[in-house]
Amino acid sequence: MENLLNIFIKSIFVENMIFAFFLGMCSFLAVSKSVKTAMGLGIAVVFVLIITVPLNFIVEKYILKKGALIWLGESFADVDLSFLTFMIFIAFIAAMTQLVEMIVEKFSPALYNSLGIFLPLIAVNCAILGASLFMQEREYANVLEAGVFGLGSGIGWLLAITGIAAIREKLKYSNVPDPLKGLGITFILTGLMAMAFMGFMGISL
Amino acid sequence: MSNQEKEPMFSAKNFKLLTEPLGKNNPITMQVLGICSALAVTVKLKPAIVMALSVMIVTGFSNLVIASMRKFIPDRIRIIVQLVVIATMVILVDQFLKAYVFDVSKQLSVFVGLIITNCIIMGRLEAFAMANKPWPSFLDGIGNGAGYGLILVIVAFFRELLGSGTLLGYPVLEKIGVYNTGYENNGMTILPPMALIIVGLIIWVQRSRDKSLVEKQ
Repeated sequence: MENLLNIFIKSIFVENMIFAFFLGMCSFLAVSKSVKTAMGLGIAVVFVLIITVPLNFIVEKYILKKGALIWLGESFADVDLSFLTFMIFIAFIAAMTQLVEMIVEKFSPALYNSLGIFLPLIAVNCAILGASLFMQEREYANVLEAGVFGLGSGIGWLLAITGIAAIREKLKYSNVPDPLKGLGITFILTGLMAMAFMGFMGISL
Repeated sequence: MSNQEKEPMFSAKNFKLLTEPLGKNNPITMQVLGICSALAVTVKLKPAIVMALSVMIVTGFSNLVIASMRKFIPDRIRIIVQLVVIATMVILVDQFLKAYVFDVSKQLSVFVGLIITNCIIMGRLEAFAMANKPWPSFLDGIGNGAGYGLILVIVAFFRELLGSGTLLGYPVLEKIGVYNTGYENNGMTILPPMALIIVGLIIWVQRSRDKSLVEKQ
């Protein structure tokens, strides 16, 4: 239990997808103009992450790892499919994204319209694949840990994008130098926010 | 489209495809694509260069492949097809890096895999390769990869020089003798936030030099 809490807090604050690894930057910069859409996309990302990280964990454990196919029979003990990791992971992610897209379209057309192109683009949101790859690299012990890691990363991403969207809404009233307007100032703001998040570094529970 | 067939390989138009992403239409500073994996690899110059080359190769060749098959890809499943092509290219690059420059491959860790989800590649496939012939698409891919690489190398140059006082591992500042005057390495440039701020500054410089790029609110 303690371990799970540790992973959870760590993935939200210390190893925040955006501020520590710059993952999911494209949609982070492009969809953060208003808090409402940012929240919507954030929730979609959390949802996709909760599903894909444990799913990919299972796939990794029972199909891809060296010797993982042993449940098929003794002769598969030496099969190592880990070079297929990228392709399998991304295929699962793309399929899940499609599913989420259909669900959102059915139950919340307003959100669907405001997210526009960025919903299908979650498939290529680096935060999603990144979380799966980090999950693989850190070798979590069981599905539950992987799931908690996915949830934490998603919430961290949601926090970050909502935060920057709120700042950008206020920014409309300030006097930014012309060439820095829009993208430039957003980059610098993200940098400053990341610096604030670095205050969490080294925390272990 | 049909009159394009008689064009020479490096016509002015094709040449523009190659050079425009380097400046005016840079994928990072103008199109806001591919920032995801860009910034974490720029602490040192060497991984940044390797990353830049890898991305250039993947963009170029996946553009080429998709443009060659664009007429046979059903519209509804094009994203999956594109991802499979990109993933194949990335696996090739990844295996190549592991075989020949293992230490750099270790430093890049998950970020080679993340080239798959680099929005530049998907973005260029959608915006260009799906509607153009293979050769211009290939050039467009190489150009955009190079534009991305250019920013990566600039950022890495400043971060390594100011943060560690070296370039490609060679202790430049020590040789010049700056440390004797009381200069010290700025540890902050090694930390992740500085990468963002440097890109912000690059955008500032670029847009103040070319006013037409300034965003209207």
